[in-house]
Amino acid sequence: MPRLTPANVARARETISLYPHPRSALIPLCHLAQEQDGWLTPDAMEHIAELLELTPAQVLGVASFYDMLHTEPVGRHLVAVCTNIACLLSGGEELLEHAERSLGVSVGGTTADGEFTLEDSECIAFCEEAPCLQVNSRFFGNVDAARFDQLVEDLRAGRLADSVPRHGTLSRVRRDGGLKVPAERVAAERAEADAARARRKAAAEQEAGR
Amino acid sequence: MTVTSVPRIVTARFEHPDSYELDRYLATGGYTALRRALSMNPEDVAAEVDRASLLGRGGAGFPAGRKWSMLRPSPVRYLVINGDESEPATFKDHQLIERDPHQIIEGTLITAYAIGATQAFIYVRGEFALGIERMTAALNEAYRYGAVGPDIFGSGFSIDVVIHPGAGAYICGDETGLLESLEGKRGFPRIKPPYYPAVYGLYHEPTVVNNVETMSNVPWIILNGGAAFAALGEGASTGTRLFALSGHVRRPGAYEVEMAKTTFRDLVEHPDLGGGVRNGRKVKAFIPGGASSPWFGPDKLDLALSQEGVQANGSMLGSGSVVIMDDTTCMVRAAWRIVRFFQRESCGQCTPCREGSGWLEKIMRRIEAGAGREEDLDLLLDVCDNISPELVWPPQQTTICPLGPSIPPPIYSSLRMFRDEFLVHIKEGGCPYG
Repeated sequence: MPRLTPANVARARETISLYPHPRSALIPLCHLAQEQDGWLTPDAMEHIAELLELTPAQVLGVASFYDMLHTEPVGRHLVAVCTNIACLLSGGEELLEHAERSLGVSVGGTTADGEFTLEDSECIAFCEEAPCLQVNSRFFGNVDAARFDQLVEDLRAGRLADSVPRHGTLSRVRRDGGLKVPAERVAAERAEADAARARRKAAAEQEAGR
Repeated sequence: MTVTSVPRIVTARFEHPDSYELDRYLATGGYTALRRALSMNPEDVAAEVDRASLLGRGGAGFPAGRKWSMLRPSPVRYLVINGDESEPATFKDHQLIERDPHQIIEGTLITAYAIGATQAFIYVRGEFALGIERMTAALNEAYRYGAVGPDIFGSGFSIDVVIHPGAGAYICGDETGLLESLEGKRGFPRIKPPYYPAVYGLYHEPTVVNNVETMSNVPWIILNGGAAFAALGEGASTGTRLFALSGHVRRPGAYEVEMAKTTFRDLVEHPDLGGGVRNGRKVKAFIPGGASSPWFGPDKLDLALSQEGVQANGSMLGSGSVVIMDDTTCMVRAAWRIVRFFQRESCGQCTPCREGSGWLEKIMRRIEAGAGREEDLDLLLDVCDNISPELVWPPQQTTICPLGPSIPPPIYSSLRMFRDEFLVHIKEGGCPYG
């Protein structure tokens, strides 16, 4: 089981530096580990705990709360079919049934080749194109049975590799570096601004009293 | 018709395919509001937004200006933007995040200046991968342009902004659940009092939590004045609002319309908006303000999209989501699906919500499956009453956060409006809609 690679440890440290308290980086670091390994491995959680000075149980305790953090292996493509109200009204349930037949797995299952895990998802906020689904958090709308099968074929053949990265990759755009303003500078500026505000208030009151 | 002739405040750039890039943003007046705000006194910026009477666009509809004024004095103050849009059938923030991220960043910076925030965080729902990429790219551009970071535009005001991804939990849309999540914890909403993050927020420091659409309105208000914003709409419902219309309409989508001057019927039927009910069918019922809101029948279609008007009629505009259900819809199934959502998303802290949602889901499922009993209908209302006593509107609450009292509305709405349909399920031993 892999820990975070040195390159990812460097990224993790930079992420931690963005927050007033290290623990705030917990979810971003879980996403980072999931990007590295495709799921959140016990060793990665232990490593995250070390970086944040928490216990592995604390990391698992938080990770297990969130639907997107997978503490068990999942397929390279996580297919999440929405069946919530807007999709329900537009054939979402039928789409999910088709997905089960087409992939040969039931909800929660992973295909034998490890390519696809199927989930029935809650609303993914793409109701203008209901019924819709996500593959690795990338949106596909107005999906019918034929479009679903085509999508699966394209994913299997790697034709969508550019738009749908492997499961776990949340953002391919990185923040350019850490914080740019020293905390002391912010504190000094705010103190000065507050003082100016107080002066203006006092002047206005004096004006009003005259 | 004048319905579509009002200024577009938050969606003005949507017509451009590159609406999310800095060049387009600057070419369409971007960051001029920030420059103007930085030339004003912070309290005058806040007063301008207060004059607009901008109601929060997240769901609770709390006036943004008042929220800002409640901040407890402290050397450390945080601004947190809620982009965790997860209310079923609500997809307006999703569009604002993907299609105009700079507008959100600019609104955030103006707000940070007005309240003297020492750092700002934009919490984006984890499932919005493209949105997170666009927001991150936009923030990088904004830093390079000098709109974020030290000494913004030479004004002497400095601030850092961090884009923070969520990881899939509806409960984090609640502002105190969101703060817990941002602190690296489970998204458990906090026990009240203290009621407001303005008193006790992120890391216990005074914090303002504002919605993404609320922030998107701020640059326009600074450029055009709070009075111009307040001139739109009526009463407390000022300005425009982005409504997410879905379900059985020809043209589902997010439409920005003037508050209070537009009706649900306009939204559903206007050819440039919903374009009417699909397949020429009729509206059987609709959900006026997100899955948590009590349903309306077609008799309420002529009601204006006004926060106080909808409230007076026993429901809410809530998250700005309108779901149209036509006469082919099984109301038991629709209500069951919403209840199942709440059951899955209950965080489990409070017994009425955790246990009640589970029982309600089971009872609704068995009625839909044809195994219901007539006494189940009273049982449903009894369990609902334990979560939200007396089933009144606005709801009473036995739980820490509003998720609990959000569960009864789909049940009592469908049951009061379509009791016959429940009875048919029970007597015929199955769903008449197949």
